[in-house]
Amino acid sequence: MLEFLQRPVVVTADVNLSVVALTVVGLLSRLWRLTYPRAVVFDEVYYGQYISLYMKRVFFFDGSGPPLGHMLLALGGYLGGFDGNFVWNRIGAEYSSNVPVRSLRLLPALAGALSVPMAYQIVWELGFSHCAALGAALLMLIENALITQARLMLLESVLIFFNLLAVLSYLKFNSQKHRPFSPSWWLWLTLTGVACSCAVGIKYMGVFTYLLVLGVAAVHTWHLIGDRALSNVRVLCHVLARAVALLVLPVVTYVLFFYVHLTLLYRSGPHDQIMSSAFQASLEGGLARITQGQPLEVAYGSQVTLKSASGRPVPCWLHSHQSTYPIMYDNGRGSSHQQQVTCYPFKDVNNWWIVKDPGRHQLEVSNPPRPVRHRDVVQLVHGMTTRLLNTHDVAAPLSPHAQEVSCYVDYNISMPAQSLWRLDVVNRESDAETWKTILSEVRFVHVNTSAILKLSGAHLPDWGFRQLEVVGEKLSRGLHESTVWTVEEHRYGRSQEQKERELELHSPAQTDVSRNLSFLARFSELQWRMLTVRSDDSEHKYSSTPLDWVTLDTSIAYWLHPRTSAQIHLLGNVVIWASAGLATALYALLTCWYLLRRRRNIRDLPEDCWLRWVLAGALCAGGWAANYLPFFLMEKTLFLYHYLPALAFQILLLPVVVQQVGEHLCRSELQRSLFGALVVAWYSAACRVFAVLRPLTYGDTPLSPSELQALRWRDSWDILIRKH
Amino acid sequence: MPSAVGRGLAGFELRPRKGRCGPQAATAAGPEGVAEVAARSPKQPAGGSRCFEAACRWALLALVTLLSFATRFHRLDQPPHVCWDETHFGKMGSYYINRTFFFDVHPPLGKMLIGLAGYLSGYDGTFMFQKPGDKYEHHSYVGMRGFCAFLGSLLVPLAYLTVLELSRSLPAALLAAALLTFDTGCLTLSQYILLDPILMFFIMAAMLSMVKYNSCAARPFSAPWWFWLSLTGINLAGALGVKFVGLFIILQVGWNTVADLWHLLGDLSLSLVTVGKHLAARTLCLVVLPLALYTAVYAAHFLVLSKSGPGDGFFSSAFQARLSGNSLHNASIPEYLAYGSVITVKNLQMAIGYLHSHRHLYPEGIGARQQQVTTYLHKDYNNLWIVKKHNINSDHLDPSFPVEFVQHGDVIRLEHKETSRNLHSHYHEAPLTQKHYQVTGYGINGTGDSNDFWRIEVINRKHGNRVKVLRSRIRLIHVVTGCVLGSSGKVLPKWGWEQVEVTCNPYLKETLSSVWNVEDHINPRLPNISLDVLQPSFPEVLLESHMVMIRGNSGLKPKDNEFTSKPWHWPVNYQGLRFSGVNDTDFRVYLLGNPVVWWLNLASLALYLLSGSIVAVAVQRGARLPAEVEGLTQVLLRGGGQLLLGWVLHYFPFFLMGRVLYFHHYFPAMLFSSMLTAVLWDTLLRLCAWSLAPAPLAGSIHGLGVLSLLLGTAYSFYLFHPLAYGMVGPLAQDPRSPMAGLRWLESWDF
Repeated sequence: MLEFLQRPVVVTADVNLSVVALTVVGLLSRLWRLTYPRAVVFDEVYYGQYISLYMKRVFFFDGSGPPLGHMLLALGGYLGGFDGNFVWNRIGAEYSSNVPVRSLRLLPALAGALSVPMAYQIVWELGFSHCAALGAALLMLIENALITQARLMLLESVLIFFNLLAVLSYLKFNSQKHRPFSPSWWLWLTLTGVACSCAVGIKYMGVFTYLLVLGVAAVHTWHLIGDRALSNVRVLCHVLARAVALLVLPVVTYVLFFYVHLTLLYRSGPHDQIMSSAFQASLEGGLARITQGQPLEVAYGSQVTLKSASGRPVPCWLHSHQSTYPIMYDNGRGSSHQQQVTCYPFKDVNNWWIVKDPGRHQLEVSNPPRPVRHRDVVQLVHGMTTRLLNTHDVAAPLSPHAQEVSCYVDYNISMPAQSLWRLDVVNRESDAETWKTILSEVRFVHVNTSAILKLSGAHLPDWGFRQLEVVGEKLSRGLHESTVWTVEEHRYGRSQEQKERELELHSPAQTDVSRNLSFLARFSELQWRMLTVRSDDSEHKYSSTPLDWVTLDTSIAYWLHPRTSAQIHLLGNVVIWASAGLATALYALLTCWYLLRRRRNIRDLPEDCWLRWVLAGALCAGGWAANYLPFFLMEKTLFLYHYLPALAFQILLLPVVVQQVGEHLCRSELQRSLFGALVVAWYSAACRVFAVLRPLTYGDTPLSPSELQALRWRDSWDILIRKH
Repeated sequence: MPSAVGRGLAGFELRPRKGRCGPQAATAAGPEGVAEVAARSPKQPAGGSRCFEAACRWALLALVTLLSFATRFHRLDQPPHVCWDETHFGKMGSYYINRTFFFDVHPPLGKMLIGLAGYLSGYDGTFMFQKPGDKYEHHSYVGMRGFCAFLGSLLVPLAYLTVLELSRSLPAALLAAALLTFDTGCLTLSQYILLDPILMFFIMAAMLSMVKYNSCAARPFSAPWWFWLSLTGINLAGALGVKFVGLFIILQVGWNTVADLWHLLGDLSLSLVTVGKHLAARTLCLVVLPLALYTAVYAAHFLVLSKSGPGDGFFSSAFQARLSGNSLHNASIPEYLAYGSVITVKNLQMAIGYLHSHRHLYPEGIGARQQQVTTYLHKDYNNLWIVKKHNINSDHLDPSFPVEFVQHGDVIRLEHKETSRNLHSHYHEAPLTQKHYQVTGYGINGTGDSNDFWRIEVINRKHGNRVKVLRSRIRLIHVVTGCVLGSSGKVLPKWGWEQVEVTCNPYLKETLSSVWNVEDHINPRLPNISLDVLQPSFPEVLLESHMVMIRGNSGLKPKDNEFTSKPWHWPVNYQGLRFSGVNDTDFRVYLLGNPVVWWLNLASLALYLLSGSIVAVAVQRGARLPAEVEGLTQVLLRGGGQLLLGWVLHYFPFFLMGRVLYFHHYFPAMLFSSMLTAVLWDTLLRLCAWSLAPAPLAGSIHGLGVLSLLLGTAYSFYLFHPLAYGMVGPLAQDPRSPMAGLRWLESWDF
């Protein structure tokens, strides 16, 4: 323990100058004129608004991905002193002077720059030559698409950084296997887990890399279990350590991101309505302001607004108004001609309903208030028209299989009021549960017909003011959230003489609902909504299909200078894309060949060489496949930049295949030198393409129309040419 | 590997199969073999008991088959009205009997067999099958139901034989048979005119033949080997010919075959030529044979359906000419397109349809608010367009003018006949494909603007510059913007009546979706000429019908706000399907799995994963297992593994499907899951008995366990049988109902 007393403390450092050099050129390529263009470029318009909301601490809802990415961008804004005051509404809008463009763009650019030395490290750790490693880094350096994406406020470069970090740290961890449980072993293991969860935290697609790393780790662990030289306890320790670092730690970290996110965003904002009333009540200034001091338990005589628990198509409140259903619909069916009941997405005085005891006539709360309990029968009186909520055996206007819901008007025809509803508290803990504001989720079951009050989600035509249809559902198919309602606003009946007593009565029942919602409840609600919210899958002008990506059959115009023809495009280095595709195919072919021959006991490669080849393929080709193939199953709108993480892995595979071909397929010296020359020529071609496409990558040089026309190598590239 | 199985089995009442292709005893050679035989000898069953065993096997097989037939055929004619999807498949059976052409998203074999069964049992194809609940009255329907019930009954013996082959344990086989016999879901699904019993029959038969030929591995190229191998191929073709779900069993057989070949390749005692022979035999029996049969099914399908019917419009003009009764059959229409002709324009891309417009506008916010133009697969008056000159709005049918033919390169106007609006395009984004321009109907009574002008180009100009009906492939180029009229193939949302989007594509790519032909052509001033329409070849027809089916399948999207069944509902038996009846006075049949069976299956899956991983880890750690346990673990890992793979392959792909899903899609997976349950419990109980061996009664644990499982499922079937055989009376919510206590989940609505 006291070794340092006997020996001097010595720090030795190995500095790999090529890594340093690569870092420097990487930084140069990504950071050069970072503030140009000083205007909103493409998806910055989208991320920017969230950065502003972070600066203002306003809650927002974005279904596209977890919050870490947005938070990292916002960190840049925080460090740059951004106050959040900028209207992100148009691509190409000039930034005002309060927007710290450099610090906002710095983080993605740094991540992009560091990917270059990391590519070197990964190929080196995989056991390939210095030359191959250098090749991978240099290819990463001159890939136009990666440069474009890294120089803007976008998340792909950060995602690629964490993907590569996860792979690199796993490789480092794996190379420590002869010194298990040493500090560096632990360091790399935990770093793997953290990097994985960061990747997932930035975009959901990070999960593909996470699963890949998990898969490789599982195979390695399986071999470890088969190692009979290890004792059972030892094996158990190994398995547990990996489980904690690669399963538990990422989950905890991921939840932590949400914790920070929800802690930062405590003010109510534009997207509140997507969330449940209880969630909204936990935000400062939103629903909380209205609901503060509300009585908790709904009693007979309470005045309430009822919000549908289903957010589809929009959050809305149970509503009625003077207008009646038309006697005859367009398709010839008849209606009851009674007062319409709808669901209305805006706050309105017509959203108020009074809970009435069917046995009494009073519409105010008695003293003491008699709380309504689960399975009680109630009537709902519309506040403004004092008509009773009613349903009967008449087909609903748009959902003919269900019953019409109306507010009862007595036309003195043989159609009696059927206005009794049994209250069904869905999330009850006991059968004597009372009906609580915000917290209780209730269903209304019609006593006569056992239909259930339901939001059908269809928009009524003009006679219903395009509000949403509410029906009585007879065929109750399990519990669906469109049949569930919650009380949002609530006050006790305000008869004049009761008013003063009410004030006293309120105070004991009053609760601060925000304290009732734990972080985990908020997290799970937010996460669930994010995963289930339906994004519109309409096609975008620049959207593309996965098949277009491999062949680079598409481009995205990011930005056009307002006066000159300088422009930024997301365009890949054609030589790199083509050769990377070729290398992947070659890898697959060679592996099949080797596998078949090994099966017949013909060993073309020495064992360590073979293992190296397999591991490189599992991580690089596997990384490409895992980050690319799932897109074929996705139904959302896809863009070329979704391919970049897969491309990064493919670039790593390229030098691996090149070295393999050079070492094992070229038999004679002559072949090898020829091959070497070929590789040099190929790399110069890639550099040449980089230089030619550079104006579209950095967008700093205005080009003449003929030059632009000459750059349009494919018809499908949308290069913008000014007509005058 | 096979020796291990043989070794493990020695301890149980099982025969070392002396049969035609039993690998066990034969391959148990090698150093271990001798010791093994010695160890086994005390328990070796004598010749007499072996005979008894075989007799026992056959007797049990007969028993389970009998029981299965009895349950499936009991009250088969009830209810005497159309239930659920009988309305589709019965109708399609009738189409075969009437030989009218129709279109369906499933391949034809299942419906052909239904039609055949109906034909043989005296059904004349006159019943309409209009909607569920229609009474059959005097029509003979029991033959078709009986055929489905026959195949459905065979599932039980097939499962029995498969499990017997995999586990070599009679109790396990019996348990599997009981689980399926007593499952109300399988029973209900087998009793009606549906594709599912046919599909499940082929799946199970393929599985059994695959397992059988695996057991013949020791004697390759022998007669039984060939028999089972080709039978596998035949059943695969059958499964795929009924529904595309058959693809999953093909995957399973494919995986098994690849693993098998890989194993053979690694066997260095076999020459490469032998391996090549193996490969060739499998290619022949598992690829060539099924493909040939599958194609033959289609050939028969097209041969039988020779009359025009409701499915015509889904297919190309050339295809329709094959169907007698279609307007294109022996067509007699004016040959060359002239001004004033009334025409329909069909897209050359398969399954896009006719250029169509109707009296509805694009909704607000989607391009200009003008009349919609779509493509539509059905024949309809709204598909008719009039060809006019771009600058003259005269009536070309006036006999005082000479007839003028449309030439390649002419600028024309297409007026929609019903609404008198012109085909129009402009610089607005198309509704779905935003890279393209919107196409609308514009103008009043044929008077519009210059955006209505289209240049007509004939691509195959071997007939001169005129436009020949059906033969000429034409493109319509918008004069002002230079874009080409095409269809994106995307289905418009509700406002567009779920028809297909039409766009004007500014990128002049040569694709079929922007090429059209003229199909119907009416011009009273021109002589009608009989056209020998180019008959499509059989491969073209085959390809086309598959394209149409795939489009049809992906078009079955769940509607907004519709309550749909989710794949996770299925294994928990969360919700059933109403086959017949809603109210308490109706005769109600409710498709729901026997909850005891299904929940046992669910628990067994978890238990299997647990015990399987424990065993796998133990083996990987090199634990020395006694011979008996070794054999049991092999059954668990290999036999159980096959079944688990079957379950996974028939279940998880549904999570990826975008189309609308129903509860009955789970039943093929449920068959595998039930067999797995049987294998698992039998093995676990044996292990239990073995580990408690010295204790008294340990030997009977296995027997008692299996017996109680058998009795338990039988009793639960007794409880739930009204679901399948039908019930009348109050709903289960009502305490007076006999089913009152059985509504264990609130989501069951029977």
